[in-house]
Amino acid sequence: MPTLTRWFVKTAMIYLALSLLLGMGVAYNPLSGSGGLAGLFPVYLHLLVFGWLTQLIFGVAYWMFPKYARGPARGSETLGWMTYLLFNIGLLMRAAGELVQQRPPQSIWAWMLVVSALLQWLAVMLFIINIWPRVRGK
Amino acid sequence: MPRISRWFVRTSLIYLALGSTFGALLLADKGVSVWPLIWLTLPWHMEFLLLGWMVQLAMGVAFWILPRFSSGPPRGNELWIWLAYVCLNTGIAMIILQTWMRTEWLPVAGRFLEAAAVLLFVIGNWRRVKPFGADV
Repeated sequence: MPTLTRWFVKTAMIYLALSLLLGMGVAYNPLSGSGGLAGLFPVYLHLLVFGWLTQLIFGVAYWMFPKYARGPARGSETLGWMTYLLFNIGLLMRAAGELVQQRPPQSIWAWMLVVSALLQWLAVMLFIINIWPRVRGK
Repeated sequence: MPRISRWFVRTSLIYLALGSTFGALLLADKGVSVWPLIWLTLPWHMEFLLLGWMVQLAMGVAFWILPRFSSGPPRGNELWIWLAYVCLNTGIAMIILQTWMRTEWLPVAGRFLEAAAVLLFVIGNWRRVKPFGADV
């Protein structure tokens, strides 16, 4: 298993644990009506579906999809690492931004969500650019 | 990777690009709201990523890597899988269309086709869920 895949898969496992822990917080709904984390349901969902599932797929696809006979066997490793970094920085910024945005003032944190959206989008596009040519016969 | 898997996987990557683009626009608008109408695309974001990306990718990769038969077509009758591909993507298209065309039957027909796609895929691959080397 290549190093990049190990990073993707291990990070995905950490997100799985984190998302389920956050899920406990989201499920906790005190009778007083305050202090719950229900507003973080979108973060919980994205840590699970994006941080865990999608990240795991990215890592395994990089490892298992048909390799090239010439040149770097799995395409550009640099693009792969950029995908990894943008993906995770973007996702963590989103989580932090949404956590803080629960409370005013919102200005800097609001822009943090915009930047995190851009980083995650770029990560996905880089992954697609890198993996698309490897979707082929032997 | 067999041809039909390539169709599944490439289509799933297109949906990943579409779903992520809408997702990024939604998240950005959550931070700095400039176009609240973008929230009308939330069902597209979910449909593209859950059915278009994840389910479709899983189908394509499963058809590729499940154990093959030693006699006859190695991956069984591909017709089931092609039908599954057509049903899944027609179903997704109908679910997306229903956000413009408010009809009662379109979402039901879309979900029916998606369920039919899964059923066809299961029928086409059921016997391939077996130990390597064993022809059941």
